[in-house]
Amino acid sequence: MSAAPGEIPRWVDIAFIPLVNIALAFLVSGVILWAIGVDPIQAVEIILYGAFGYDVALGYTLYYTTNFVFTGLAVAVAFHAGLFNIGGEGQAYIGGLGVGLGILLVDRYLPFYLVLPLAVLLGAVFGAAWAAIPAYLQAYRGSHIVITTIMFNFIAAALMVYLMVNVLIQPGSMSPESREFAQAGHLPFMHEMLGWFGLQVTPSPLNLSVIWAAVCCVLVWGFIWHTRWGYEIRTVGANETAAVYAGIDPRKVIMLAMCLSGALAGFVGINEVMGVHHRLLLNFTAGYGFTGIAVALMGRNHPVGIVLASLLFGMLYQGGAELAFEEPKVTREMVVTIQGLVILFSGALAFMMKGPIERAYLRLARRRSSPTGQEA
Amino acid sequence: MAEPPSGRPAAGHNTASPDAAPPAIELRHIDKAFGTVQANKDVCLTVRPGTIHGIIGENGAGKSTLMSILYGFYEADSGEILIGGKPVSIRSSRDAIAAGIGMVHQHFMLVDTMSVVENIMLGAESGAILTSSIEKARAELQRLERDYGLDVDPDALAGDLPVGQQQRVEILKALYRGAAILILDEPTGVLTPQETDQLFRILDSLRRQGVTVVLITHKLREIMAVTDNVSVMRGGEMVADRVTAQTSKEELAELMVGRKVLLSVDKQAPKVGETILSVDDLSFVGKDGVARVDHVSFTVRAGEIVGIAGVSGNGQSELLEVLSGIRPVTSGGFDLLGERFSSARPLDPSTMRAMHAAHVPEDRLRSGLVRTFAAEESAILGYHNDPLYNAGPVLKGVAIRQDCAHKMADFDVRPQAPALKTANFSGGNQQKIVLARELSRGPRLLLVGQPTRGVDIGAIEFIHKNLVAMRDAGSAVLLVSVELDEIMSLADRILVMFEGRIVGELPAADANERLLGLMMANAATEEEARHKSPGLPGATVVTPE
Amino acid sequence: MGEFLFSLLLSFDATLRVATPLVFCAMAGLFSERSGVVDISLEGKMLAAAFAAASTAAVTGSAWLGLGAGIAVSVVLALLHGFACITHRGDQVVSGVAINILVSGLTVVLGIAWFARGGQTPSVGRDARFTPVTLPGAEAMADVPVVGALYSELISGHNLLVYLAFATVPLTWWVIYRTRFGLRLRAVGENPGAVDTAGISVSFLRYRAVLCAGVLCGFAGTYLSIAQNAAFVREMTAGQGYIALAALIFGKWRPVPAMLACLMFGFLDAVAIRLQGVVVPVIGPIPVQLIQALPYVLTVVLLAGFIGKAVAPKAIGVPYVKER
Repeated sequence: MSAAPGEIPRWVDIAFIPLVNIALAFLVSGVILWAIGVDPIQAVEIILYGAFGYDVALGYTLYYTTNFVFTGLAVAVAFHAGLFNIGGEGQAYIGGLGVGLGILLVDRYLPFYLVLPLAVLLGAVFGAAWAAIPAYLQAYRGSHIVITTIMFNFIAAALMVYLMVNVLIQPGSMSPESREFAQAGHLPFMHEMLGWFGLQVTPSPLNLSVIWAAVCCVLVWGFIWHTRWGYEIRTVGANETAAVYAGIDPRKVIMLAMCLSGALAGFVGINEVMGVHHRLLLNFTAGYGFTGIAVALMGRNHPVGIVLASLLFGMLYQGGAELAFEEPKVTREMVVTIQGLVILFSGALAFMMKGPIERAYLRLARRRSSPTGQEA
Repeated sequence: MAEPPSGRPAAGHNTASPDAAPPAIELRHIDKAFGTVQANKDVCLTVRPGTIHGIIGENGAGKSTLMSILYGFYEADSGEILIGGKPVSIRSSRDAIAAGIGMVHQHFMLVDTMSVVENIMLGAESGAILTSSIEKARAELQRLERDYGLDVDPDALAGDLPVGQQQRVEILKALYRGAAILILDEPTGVLTPQETDQLFRILDSLRRQGVTVVLITHKLREIMAVTDNVSVMRGGEMVADRVTAQTSKEELAELMVGRKVLLSVDKQAPKVGETILSVDDLSFVGKDGVARVDHVSFTVRAGEIVGIAGVSGNGQSELLEVLSGIRPVTSGGFDLLGERFSSARPLDPSTMRAMHAAHVPEDRLRSGLVRTFAAEESAILGYHNDPLYNAGPVLKGVAIRQDCAHKMADFDVRPQAPALKTANFSGGNQQKIVLARELSRGPRLLLVGQPTRGVDIGAIEFIHKNLVAMRDAGSAVLLVSVELDEIMSLADRILVMFEGRIVGELPAADANERLLGLMMANAATEEEARHKSPGLPGATVVTPE
Repeated sequence: MGEFLFSLLLSFDATLRVATPLVFCAMAGLFSERSGVVDISLEGKMLAAAFAAASTAAVTGSAWLGLGAGIAVSVVLALLHGFACITHRGDQVVSGVAINILVSGLTVVLGIAWFARGGQTPSVGRDARFTPVTLPGAEAMADVPVVGALYSELISGHNLLVYLAFATVPLTWWVIYRTRFGLRLRAVGENPGAVDTAGISVSFLRYRAVLCAGVLCGFAGTYLSIAQNAAFVREMTAGQGYIALAALIFGKWRPVPAMLACLMFGFLDAVAIRLQGVVVPVIGPIPVQLIQALPYVLTVVLLAGFIGKAVAPKAIGVPYVKER
């Protein structure tokens, strides 16, 4: 991988500059912590401990990671087609609705191994459907997908409130929730599953859906880079004119990418609705859709990067909860702030450091190749 | 900036200047390079005040770069600019405007949603509050319209005006800022013949009022019609200055095209077979209502190369895009391998490929490749659904890589690295990747646009050999190129396109640069030209026009 | 009948109050977007300004200082957006989203750190707020039929910022259409090349546009926290920044139509409370969530092109790079 003199090697672009961007985001976060009177170094220690320090912590971290993998993959697939899908929140919500409705219909009649694929299918279909309308409007009518997907987030929230309060609420109950699912509608927790093998771990919300998240990573990787439909998506995203030249219809590709994106976001419902709460309820998406944006940008739209970024944010969520416990000044919103900074530095200001870093690299390379100091 | 060497006569310096007034514009030894491309090399130019001075040359000759330097878009690497005899430093359009230079660009810089008055005022408003500025502008505008005969409705929206009037707004913009020098860059490319005549009357009126006009064009007829002096650029250099009245279209054509060494390809006589492509009264009308392809008819048969010559922008690009399914047919149609395509039955690129036709696009980076893809991925663009590359739902990575490696070996692509990013290959090698992709399937019809644009000499020869090989193997080849050498050495039959129409057709054996140059500039019909070129059968004595 | 009219009057009254932040933000978005810079971060600027205003008012006891702080913070964020989009040619939408999320978190972080009330700022007294202003002669005219009621109920009795909001509409119109700055701003949003060739700096022009947007969002946020209410509450903007953007698009990036769109959205909101539970044949009682979702649904319908065609400034969203 040696570069010609005067050329910048790939690792600078692929790894170094993104790391610098993330470092800047964390640097600013540290400044904010310091400004509110929290020692940033100590905060990092507490976060790390809270995320990995004890076994239930790891479970929680991975449970959050699962959600972020789904929403991160969702945003990434859309980005590959050149689209900014901000509707992950709404698509996750409606996907979860699909999961819940399906389970509520059949959980008393079907065994688990039939309920699960049905739930996965419905999560995908409902999530995809919620993304399909903005996608259609963008592809065929030119409506800006960013605004329509944000609107659909709000509409999803209103819809869910209506359904939970008026339709699915249990008679006589005060809280807007559906009835609890029958056992067939429960995804086994990891601590349960490990228990079957004789391993004892403290209970945490981590459940079977983490396996599905890993499977989705592989499937998305395979689909985007190793199938012809993935090829078409990437071509439309990289160079729409070349796509038309190649006989690809950009409108159909936009629909496909967005529907896949919505489906992936919908799988949050598998984790939350089927895996953790075992009922339909409000606000189980809790901002995961927006975290997906940070995760995708940080992970540069590649499943490997997304897994790493999801782990990082899972760590921040769980460790952040620990930090909030220790330091009452810090709450969940600190993680949201970090998210915003990550999106800012990895997304909007992504190229800010490119110039200075490349120039510095060239200067160093030149100095190294002519130690006498003479210019080549 | 370098001092010009003393005592050296060069093109651009007037040897006899009866006028005492200093030249309106003087460019001395302008150099400008973009990377490795030398766009302007030691260019000198002298423009006398109150004249219309033409600058003529082929595409890529360096005319636009030179004018961009004069208007402050670029800074020259070395050289001097003198306006009215005084050296000036022009580093931005603001400096140029301050020096009294106004420019009418090839692509208009108007705000479509604003009125004529607002467009003209923009940047030269007389105060922070508009109401008084508008009144002043309107009054000044009326004066200018009267003095120069430029008639435009001041309150019309710029976007609603016909193209000829939009151009007048651009001219008024320059005059409003007190331009004493007006540069027009290819002004007639978008005008109808009547609008062109009106423009010339306006330029004449400007000249009489003392404005100096510089006209950049590739159209010989216009140079002869309206300019006082003309300078010829070729290959980045200024090769000649003439007084228009003392020269002729033929001389200018010769200077423009030059005596380049023909890259002759060894080719045998064509073995022509059946008709593969038959274009029948085909038209394509763009969104602006202008017919880019205007009732074109021709055929291409197996085993021959039909070359379409013409200055770029005369419809060849659109023609290729219609025939390859990228753009729709407006009226008429074409028969490809017996299948009729028209507006009722549009062709799309995947069908075209399924019918064993192939398309090498004119702009490889815009249409033919994806810069961020690895070469092997660019190498399957358009063919990604082929069973050769797919095993069920999955792309066969190994097969794709091997296929790319073979193609790279066959077409001498360097470096032979299928995994390397497309953007990291040189222009010539990128083009070879495109050619390998389109040619290696032995297409029955090959549509090729500008195959050697931005390609180095060694690769050019290779590409030409391959195109001839396709033709010898029985493909029908339709070649579009602005390089006359290329057309003349490769084509068996040559068609010339001008303003969307075929204005001439002749066998390659009968063609020469002078003749084609005249046809490309629509300066003569083939009949006329035949009479003017001595040595051809049936030639008669020439009477000068 | 009288009761219905009275109810209508109260609805209009509420409409003005609800539409105020929308109008400020829509005008803000107008400046930015007309110059070619997409501004998704109206929401974030407004929220940040609300927080800054409420915090400052709580600490200093002055509403005017609160307003100043709100404007200052909003301007800083606007310049950040400009820095990313104009100077570094970053993706304008990503930058807007980043700012919104950043503000969403940071306002609560700082709120808890400074005031320890779970993200809320301390309630401020009447002195530190913008309180309702009774217009001259309102009490005297109260009994005059129709006109008097209109004047004293509907028009008088709002706080200063409400009047300011509706005053910014003619002001914006005047700046955009009657000043040199406005002419150039409109031009740079349609064809930056035309501006560049005329010798004017595209960057400087766009920075000034973005600055104007910042100032106006500052007013919007201040209104929310210390005029309409008495404190900052987390997420108190509730998507109004996006609705303002939608109103702007609905109004085809023109001041008066955008204002009317804001009024329409405001009216729907005010009516929503009243329509809750009203029985409609076949469907039954109208669910409140439907009314709440109506502005968002309307936005989507509009953007789908079913209500005329919304044509954005031609050069919007595209960082300017000199051609050639």
